[in-house]
Order: sequence, then C-alpha cells, then structure tokens
Amino acid sequence: MTDSKYFTTTKKGEIFELKAELNSDKKEKKKEAVKKVIASMTVGKDVSALFPDVVNCMQTDNLELKKLVYLYLMNYAKSQPDMAIMAVNTFVKDCEDPNPLIRALAVRTMGCIRVDKITEYLCEPLRKCLKDEDPYVRKTAAVCVAKLHDINAQLVEDQGFLDTLKDLISDSNPMVVANAVAALSEIAESHPSSNLLDLNPQSINKLLTALNECTEWGQIFILDCLANYMPKDDREAQSICERVTPRLSHANSAVVLSAVKVLMKFMEMLSKDLDYYGTLLKKLAPPLVTLLSAEPELQYVALRNINLIVQKRPEILKHEMKVFFVKYNDPIYVKLEKLDIMIRLASQANIAQVLAELKEYATEVDVDFVRKAVRAIGRCAIKVEQSAERCVSTLLDLIQTKVNYVVQEAIVVIKDIFRKYPNKYESVIATLCENLDSLDEPEARAAMIWIVGEYAERIDNADELLESFLEGFHDESTQVQLQLLTAIVKLFLKKPTETQELVQQVLSLATQDSDNPDLRDRGYIYWRLLSTDPVAAKEVVLAEKPLISEETDLIEPTLLDELICYIGTLASVYHKPPSAFVEGGRGVVHKSLPPRTASSESAESPETAPTGAPPGEQPDVIPAQGDLLGDLLNLDLGPPVSGPPLATSSVQMGAVDLLGGGLDSLIGGTNFVAPPTAAVPANLGAPIGSGLSDLFDLTSGVGTLSGSYVAPKAVWLPAMKAKGLEISGTFTRQVGSISMDLQLTNKALQVMTDFAIQFNRNSFGLAPAAPLQVHAPLSPNQTVEISLPLSTVGSVMKMEPLNNLQVGSGQGRHPSPYSPTSRAPLGSVEGRVYRQMFLATWKDIPNENEAQFQIRDCPLNAEAASSKLQSSNIFTVAKRNVEGQDMLYQSLKLTNGIWVLAELRIQPGNPSCTVRLSLKCRAPEVSQHVYQAYETILKN
Amino acid sequence: MSASAVFILDVKGKPLISRNYKGDVAMSKIEHFMPLLVQREEEGALAPLLSHGQVHFLWIKHSNLYCIHPTWCPWRWVWGLSAMVAAQAKRGWAEDRSCTAHLCGLGWGQGQVEMRVVARDRVEVRGLYSIYFAINGTFSLTLLPLVVATTSKNANASLVYSFLYKTIEVFCEYFKELEEESIRDNFVIVYELLDELMDFGFPQTTDSKILQEYITQQSNKLETGKSRVPPTVTNAVSWRSEGIKYKKNEVFIDVIESVNLLVNANGSVLLSEIVGTIKLKVFLSGMPELRLGLNDRVLFELTGRSKNKSVELEDVKFHQCVRLSRFDNDRTISFIPPDGDFELMSYRLSTQVKPLIWIESVIEKFSHSRVEIMVKAKGQFKKQSVANGVEISVPVPSDADSPRFKTSVGSAKYVPEKNVVIWSIKSFPGGKEYLMRAHFGLPSVEKEEVEGRPPIGVKFEIPYFTVSGIQVRYMKIIEKSGYQALPWVRYITQSGDYQLRTS
Repeated sequence: MTDSKYFTTTKKGEIFELKAELNSDKKEKKKEAVKKVIASMTVGKDVSALFPDVVNCMQTDNLELKKLVYLYLMNYAKSQPDMAIMAVNTFVKDCEDPNPLIRALAVRTMGCIRVDKITEYLCEPLRKCLKDEDPYVRKTAAVCVAKLHDINAQLVEDQGFLDTLKDLISDSNPMVVANAVAALSEIAESHPSSNLLDLNPQSINKLLTALNECTEWGQIFILDCLANYMPKDDREAQSICERVTPRLSHANSAVVLSAVKVLMKFMEMLSKDLDYYGTLLKKLAPPLVTLLSAEPELQYVALRNINLIVQKRPEILKHEMKVFFVKYNDPIYVKLEKLDIMIRLASQANIAQVLAELKEYATEVDVDFVRKAVRAIGRCAIKVEQSAERCVSTLLDLIQTKVNYVVQEAIVVIKDIFRKYPNKYESVIATLCENLDSLDEPEARAAMIWIVGEYAERIDNADELLESFLEGFHDESTQVQLQLLTAIVKLFLKKPTETQELVQQVLSLATQDSDNPDLRDRGYIYWRLLSTDPVAAKEVVLAEKPLISEETDLIEPTLLDELICYIGTLASVYHKPPSAFVEGGRGVVHKSLPPRTASSESAESPETAPTGAPPGEQPDVIPAQGDLLGDLLNLDLGPPVSGPPLATSSVQMGAVDLLGGGLDSLIGGTNFVAPPTAAVPANLGAPIGSGLSDLFDLTSGVGTLSGSYVAPKAVWLPAMKAKGLEISGTFTRQVGSISMDLQLTNKALQVMTDFAIQFNRNSFGLAPAAPLQVHAPLSPNQTVEISLPLSTVGSVMKMEPLNNLQVGSGQGRHPSPYSPTSRAPLGSVEGRVYRQMFLATWKDIPNENEAQFQIRDCPLNAEAASSKLQSSNIFTVAKRNVEGQDMLYQSLKLTNGIWVLAELRIQPGNPSCTVRLSLKCRAPEVSQHVYQAYETILKN
Repeated sequence: MSASAVFILDVKGKPLISRNYKGDVAMSKIEHFMPLLVQREEEGALAPLLSHGQVHFLWIKHSNLYCIHPTWCPWRWVWGLSAMVAAQAKRGWAEDRSCTAHLCGLGWGQGQVEMRVVARDRVEVRGLYSIYFAINGTFSLTLLPLVVATTSKNANASLVYSFLYKTIEVFCEYFKELEEESIRDNFVIVYELLDELMDFGFPQTTDSKILQEYITQQSNKLETGKSRVPPTVTNAVSWRSEGIKYKKNEVFIDVIESVNLLVNANGSVLLSEIVGTIKLKVFLSGMPELRLGLNDRVLFELTGRSKNKSVELEDVKFHQCVRLSRFDNDRTISFIPPDGDFELMSYRLSTQVKPLIWIESVIEKFSHSRVEIMVKAKGQFKKQSVANGVEISVPVPSDADSPRFKTSVGSAKYVPEKNVVIWSIKSFPGGKEYLMRAHFGLPSVEKEEVEGRPPIGVKFEIPYFTVSGIQVRYMKIIEKSGYQALPWVRYITQSGDYQLRTS
C-alpha cells in the first residue's frame, strides 16, 4: 500500500474528522491522521486549524510520527505563534533524548520555527547540542546557529554562540568543521562588518586539513570560505594552491569549480616567472574541459565561468578550441555559450578551423543559433585581421543563400567589418545592395543604411536607395530613423547638388513629425550645423571614425576581477555583480582579487554602461536648444495663440503680477526682441538703428502714422543659414496694432513655396495674428514684401534677456530659427493715466524699483519731447517747471500689461543737452529697455 | 550561499512537494516559474537559470524524460511541447481534449501539432508537419517532474545543480523511478529525505546507501526504537559502514572506454576523445584498503619505468573515497571503497586515435523524386577484435517514403518517427568493410520548412579491448583480518557521442 491514499480524503467536515482522529487513543490511528494532515498540507490545503491537536501528538516515541509533526510545526508555527510555545517543552526534552537522531531532529527543527517569541527558550537546548558528544548532533547544531542568527542576530551574539561556532572549526569531526564553516560564512555574508571569519594561517591550515576528509559538500563550503582569505604573501598563496589543486580531480563539478575559484584568485599573487605559476596554468585546463561532459545545466554554469576565465587568463585554454565545437544535440543555451567562447579563443593559429565550424553552424536550422554563428564570423574578422578576407568571403557565400535572417545578420556584421577595415572590402557593397529589399529587421536596415550613407560617393544611386527608406520613415524603428537621418546628411554633404530636397525632407521628418527627442535633437543639430556652417558640418558628420575595438563585448576589467571572485555562483552565470540582483545591501560584499588588481568597488556591468554617444553630438548643448526650438514649434500658426497672459505671467514673472495689482485692468503694449547670440551685440552697438522707438508708435486715430518711427529693415536671417532664403524685416505699428514687415528674398537656385512662420513664446505675448501669406512661389532672386500682423495675446514667458524673441520661418515644414534684430513692442494706446492715479502709483512702487538714466545729446525741449514720445504711445500725465527744469511725468503700458511710470527732467539751455530719466515700474527688469526706447525715440 | 527552497513540480508546474529551507523566499513565488519558463521557451532564450525579480530559479528536468525522438528531437522541442501543454492546461484544459497548437522556432522544424492530454502526465502529439504531410504515427511523451531550487542570494550555482542531480539520484535509488506517482506514493519518505539531504540550504548527507541505513521505507523498523544515526554519516569515511561481511571476498573491475567522435562533412576529424570510467562492484568484508595500479604514464615517469605501454591520462576524476592528495603526491590510487556498485574514477584522453568505425556516406537528394543513400562502414581496429551490436543510423528527410534497402551484411530498418534508417550489424570484425544502399521516394510537392542536417550516429561495443591501451596492473586489497580477495577485470570499448556530419 502506498501513501497516495492519504490524498484522497476530500469530504466535507474533513477537518473535524481529522481532529477526532488526531485525538484518538490508538497510536496507529493517530499516525494515519497526521499523515492525512501532512498530505493535505502538501497539496496546499490550510490545515492550520489543527495546530493544537497535531502538537499534542508530538510527544511520541515513534520517530516517523515525530518527524511528521515537526514538519507540520515548521509549516504552521509562524501562523500560530502563540500556540508554537506549546512545542517548546517537547523540543527541550527531545534535545536530551538518548537517541542522537532525535536530538539532532529537535535542534534542526527548532531553528526552522521562525517565531521570535520562542527563540530564547531554544538557547539552552542549542547550547547543549553544540557540545554534544555525537558529531551528528553537533553538525546539526552548528547550522542551527546560522538559522537562529537569521531570526535574531542580537540574541545569538549575546548568548555567545558565535564563539562556540568558531570553536567548532577546530572540531575533530570534518563534517562538523564543514558545517561550522558554512554557518559562519553565511552569517558573515549577511553581516559583512562582523569580521567573524578572521582567517589566519593557523585556521587556514585547519581548514585545509579538513578539506581532505569531509564530504563533497563540506569541501565546497571550505573552498568557498578559503576563497575569501587574503594570503599575506606569494609563498602562502602558493602553499594554499598546492593543497587545493588535488580537488580538481573530484568527481563533483561543484567542488572543481570552487577549487578553480580559489586557484584563480590566489594565482593573482604569484609571480608569472615562477615555475609553479606555469604548472598551475597547465593543471587548470583539463578539469575545465572535463566539466563539459557534465550534465547540461552544469555545463552551462561551467561555460559561463570559462567565458570569464578565458577573458582573465586566455593562456589557460588557448589550445583547447576543439572541445568547444558544438554538437548537434547540445541544448541551445550550451551551443550559444560555446560559440561565444570559440570566438574568444579564436586566433591566427586556429582561425581556419573556427571559420569552417562557424560556416557549418550558419547553415543549421535553429534560427537563434544561426544568427549568432553569422555574427561570430564577423567578430572573427574583427579579431583576427589575417582572417578578415576569408570571413568576408564566407559572409558573401552566406548572403548568396538568400536565407532571410542569414542575409540580415551578415549585413549587420559586414558593417562592423567596414568600420574596422575601412576602404578595403567596399567591392562587396554591390552584392549587399541587391539584398536591400529583403531586409525587414531594424538592425539590418540600420546597418545597410549606414553602409549606403558612409559610401554614398561610391554608390551611384545612393539617393534613390535612401529615398526608398524615407517613404515609410515613421514606421521605422528609432534605430533606423536615426541612421537614415545621419546617412542622408552624409549623402548631402558628399553630393550637395542633387540631394537638397532629400535632406530637407528628412530633417523636417525628424524634427517636426517625430515624438522622439533623440531623433528631434539630432535633426536639429544637423540642421543648425548645415545652416550655420556647412564646412563644420562636414568636419563633424564626415569625421574619420575611430576604428572599432577588437572585442566589443569584453567585460570591463574591474567587473571581471570581481566576477572571478564569484566563480561558480549566480553572479558568474549572470556576469553581473551580486549587488545587481541581490536584494538590498544585505548579503552584498564587494570582493576583489588580491594585490595587482584595482579594487572592484562600484563596478558596473557592461549592460548598464551607457553606449557610446555618436560622434559629433554635444549633449550639453543640445537639450537647451532643443527645448527652445521645440517650444517654437509648439506655436500654432493658424489662429492667434490665446495664451492666458496674466495667469501665466503671474507665475512666470512674479514682479509683473505686483504691478498688475497696482494698476489693474490695463491694456497691451508690446515689446521686442533680441536674439540669443548675434543680435545682442548689435543692440548695444547700434541702439539708434534698431531702437525701441519703432515701438512707441502713437497712431491715436490718425490714419497712418506720422511721427511714428519705423526702423529700417535689417537682415534677420542670412541666406546661408536658411538654404537660400534671406529674411529681413522690422516692426511697425499701425492703428494700434503691431505688424512685422518682412522681406523675403530667394537667394537659392530653386523655386520656394509654402512659407510659414512661428514665434517662440516671449516676454510680451507676441504672436502672429494671421498666418504668413505668401501667395505665389518665390522664384530664384525674387523678393517679396509681407506685412504680418501681430497680436499681443500669445502666451507670455519671461525670456532672458527680457526682449528676446525667437522666430522661425521658412519653407514648408522646416523653419529656420532666427531672431529679429529690430525692436518690436511699445506702449499701448491705453497707456494714459490720470494724475492722481499716477501719484498714488508712483508712491506705491518701492523706491528700490526706481531706475535713473541719462540721455545725452538730446537737444529737445519739453514740448518736442512730449509730442515725440506721445507718437510712440508714451503719454505725458503732467508737466511742471521746477527750478528751471522741465519735469515731464509720463506713463506707458507694455503689451503684456506692465505699467511703467517715468519722470523726465529736461534742462533747457543746458549745453550738454542731457536729459535725466527716472523710471518706476513693478517689474524693474524692463527699465533698461524702456530707457533704450526713450533714447531711440528722443534722438530720432 | 545555497538554495532557499526546493520544489518538485509536476508537468503543469504545480508543486508536488516542496521544502522551504531558509524562509527568505516566499513559497508562492514558485507560481511565477512555469509562466516564465513558457515565455522564455517561446523567446528561444531558455536557460537553466531563470529569475523573477529577486528570486532565482535553478531548475533541472529529470533526465529520464522519455520521448520517442531521443536523438532527433532536441531537448528543447520536448520542452516546448510540455510547456505548451502546461500553458494549455492552465487555460482549463480537461483531460482527453484535443487542440491544435502551432509549433514554431523549435529545433525540429515548424508546423502544426495536435495534442491530446491522455493522462495527467501523458500527452499524445500528432504532428502535421506542413499542410501536406502528416507525420506517420502518433507518439506520446511522458512528462516527468522538474526539480527547482530557488534562492534570493548569490548562491553557488554549481553546488545547487550538483545537489539537485544528487537529489534525483537518491530518489531514483529509493523509488526506482522518479515520477509524479512515485512521489505521491512516498511523500512521507520524500519529506524525510529532503530533511536529511539539506539543512538551511547546505547539502548534508546525499549518499543513498548510507541514507538507506536510517531512513527506510519500512517505517515499522524504526518503531522498535533502535534507530540510530549510523556513525558513518559523520565519519571521515562517510560512504562505508562498518561490519560488512561476505563469505567470498571479490572485486569486479570494469574498465569502460567511450569514444566521442566528431567528424565534419568532408571527412576530417574535428574532435576525438576517449572518456574512460572504472567501475567497481565490491563484495568485501570489513574496512578494506584498496590500491589500484594502472599503466599511468605520469606514474611510470615518477618511478622511472619505461614509458612504453603507458597511457597519459589527461584529466582524472575520482569518487570521493579516493585520497586525492595522495594521488596528487605520488599518483597512488588508494581508497576504502563503498559497498557494492560505484564508479571509482573517470578519465579523459584527447589523444587522436583512428576512428574505430569509419563511415563514408553519399546521400543524394533528388528533390521531388527520391533520395539515394550509400553508406560504407569500415572497422579500423585489430583484426582479432569484434565490434558487437553495431547500429549505424543515417538521417533521411522527414517526408521520405517507400524505403528500399540493400546491405552486404546485417539488416536495415526505416524508423520514420526518428527520420532515420538504422543499419544493424550484430558482429563486425576489425578490418572488414561493409556497404549499405537505401532508396527512398520523395513526394512531388516539397514542404517549405528547411530541415536540419543531423549527423550519422554510430553505436558499437568492442569487448576485451581498450582503445587507449589502459590496463589494470594490480589491485591490492588489504584488510586487517587478512582475507584473500580476488579482483576480476573486464575491458570494454564502446561508442560515446559518435557523430559524423553529413553534407
């Protein structure tokens, strides 16, 4: 009869029945009932309700029953912590049982009951068991210390169990020593600072002695512990190595790997000139090779570790290439790892053999494997220069198979070969181009596009090829889009005449229609480069690329050293430091190789390391510009932007809000503009030419402006920067509205159509009031004049400098950003305030906000000045004569609602003709500009 | 350091039995395992180590997995199937229901398969290899449990895998076979064993012979209260109990050499390797000290003997009973053996030897009409020796039909479920050369999928002969009672992984 019958009771009221059976007087019945309970527990039923009844069965002399009850306890004690105390007495008693099996069972189970409350009751029994005469009990008690430490570390320390555990390292029984070592290592691992395993030559010696006598598992514990020791000199390292080497002959693969770990680590301390060093190298190879006959999972672990060892000490396995040849029935994960190691071992000496194998693999049926094999051929070409030609011809053979994924992989690796050996194998490009249509994977498409772009000058129909990719631009993956962008720019730089349209198309696709910031940024970078300085663009985009390194996938040396310390563990399988996959800081101690190596703190796995940025990008510049330009694009061209002027400005311009509070309900004026770069000096240098004056245009009802000043048009956007479109312009003011007068000149050779304009957000809410209307296409050398009405209700954003306005206009969807250098803005018609209000406001604005200026060489009298200013919407509120000076009190309001109050002091007859200006405003930062406006107006 | 918990799962990934050793990983995490496995399998990225968040699953499948496609359907395929079955079962599949699933990216090719779950652990699969050709016959797979260990730390992975294999070995010795039924039938003892095999993630006693001394299936025995820990458990000699008695003291020594061979399609040998094992069957009383002498070249050099007739062992692995440090010092193989059968040592040589059975083959495929196969086999070993039970399996396309054979000796048989022709020759003397011709028809409509090019495999056994020339020079048996014991030695060479690629 079998135990499976216990699984069959599924009747209702089962628990109740079991309860009755558990309390039965008959031993046999009791035992049956406990088995049923355990069976239920096994299939996942909750039988915790039977806790007291099961615990009652604990006191029995039947070992099997006792084991079952203990098993039950381990499972449910945590959910019934109060009742678990009931079990304590039995544990205490069982720990004194004459039968060591029962003593050990009790001490083993005790530690598995993770209930804080009862742990302290277990200290005494544990103490006894640690000193038990039977080694079976002692070895179990040693592990129990580690269990207890996991539950309550403080208690274990207070009770002095750690010292007892350390004493057990000198136990006469090797099993006990092994378990004590394991327990101590475990505790030390979770408490790195505890310095529990202060290994010294004496204790090391004991461990090495125990190593020869304990079980295979014990040997692993000891070897893993030894690996943490730092020998004081090379002599000691050598003697430990000598005593560890015999373990390489153990049948258990895990023992072998742990021994390899110790040897690899201590070898670091040995001088390479030492005979022993060479001997050791020779001794390591055969056991590593033998690991490949182990079970597949162990082979996998071994291969992952060999991968590390080969990188650290290639000399060990350099002659063993053949054992890594793939067999037909290897599991796929073994095949892939073998392939990787084959490439690492590839050298001039064995390359012929390797290539023959790889070619064989490349024609198998397993897609993943085939791909990796093809890739491997490429890596061989890069690694072993002499073989490059052979590899390329092998790849070409494979391309001829027309097997889709083989072709794609081949193209991906050929790209790398081109990068490693430029100007050598370009003859194959024609063959590659034949397969263009079959490429459907992003990586292959990107590689092909790169090749076409890179060798555009040698491919007659490069533009056609690239254009064909451009059609479905938005369906491509980012990788392909980026590559296409770069390739077309390269093409343009190489064949500028025929490909202008193509490059414009791709730039606009990248910058306007894409949500991908990388793509947009790269698009803008190219755009700016091309528009500002084509020569620089050429230097950047067509710069000579650094050759790719021999092996791109080598593990970074500090990480490699750390991983060597973790041979055989999960870290060595993942090729990641434990900190990357073990929860929290607990249990994570950075390990490093002894001497000669740098410490491996903060080693980063290569997967997480950032991939190299493409050359020519300057990440610190791009984001800022990109944002600005991005904003620029957000402005809608159609209806005027109706931003929430005051609401936004109150957030963005705290000072403005203050003023708004004082002089509510006012009107719009406008301000103007200085571009970020070139225009600023222009402002300073020639304030007259492009002064503020054009702003203060008082039209006050009269048809066209008389006195209103209009600055002459200045060239805002030179043709060079905008693919032949020159834009000059100025701001004018007519009947209370502001316009931007533009003159567009086509200096390119082609007809231009489809013009558009966009404004960036600015301090004055300036935005186009209507779309830019250029009705006819602009033929070469033709010029057109347009007046673009502006509104002041666009969204307001404080710019730095305040009068910074950025505008983009151009053909189709590619705006060329520029900044008009003329000043727009000005006071608005509603800028007049009454005297009382003026006085109140003047007083209300704190004196710190007052700014004093002098305007020299202004021969005007008060009358003339007043009227001149009024034509620019600066209104005189009052006029007084104080001590022979004419005082003009004036007000103006900017389009964004900022009020400015001014006191103008004119001294008639003053030979220097100096006029003093005091400005008061809640937003003092505008004062400077208002002053400049005054100056411009008054001097004109 | 090691496993937090060990699970034995059934076909569907449901735990049959489990043991939580450390309590740092929630037992419910195992629910993530099977979906993860299925997902990875679909991605073609299956590995023996899977991770879900901070939990790492180290898993093995029980290697006795029976499948009637042992060489032809790589392991991955079987897993693909079982994973699919598991996935289907999760969707509420009742037994004895059929469904069609698409097999893709699996090693065997692509196509439709029809599966029927005929029992909890058995699934019947019928493959429609493509739209046109149904695979002949139905085959069934027995899906056996998986053993999984979990951990949340940087565990020693090789230790965990070794331990899992050891665990399976112990279960197999206890229950003959490890499968769902045997686990259910013996759950009490499985729990007991799990308790004894590992403690807090540290493997303890894993020697099934010793375990059987105090954990027995006849639990009644224990009730007498006599049960004690055998001192062996903690002895330095943890593999042999004291007080063993035999009337006749004998040791049987089997020296078995397997030849692994890999030959590429144009006939050059890529890899030729001999893996030898020395197995002992020990019927000796008391605690005997044994010493085995081999014609080991290093030993001969050490002792200044002539190197003739000696063998250079490239890598030697010993059973834990052998004193490794002593071997390291003076190449002496000395040990106290366990009782009964065990593998004393294994060794590896990569010295190039002439392939024992050489195959030349011409496989000509005339698309849409036929396949012509010609295979020539040559015995390249001593004339006095005879290879027994030679089986040469030659791959044929999966859509081949109407086989015809002609052999100069032995018989040929078409095994459609493996897509091979097996040519069997009972006795194949050295120096002889035989020929087999086969002819198959091919359907006029070709299937689309590309097939792999499996190698030709050869199986054979040559008794009284070791290809390496290794010899047992002596076996000294010393026991304090001073009895006389007889060692018996047998030699045999057999095929290991013997593959010749076809073009």
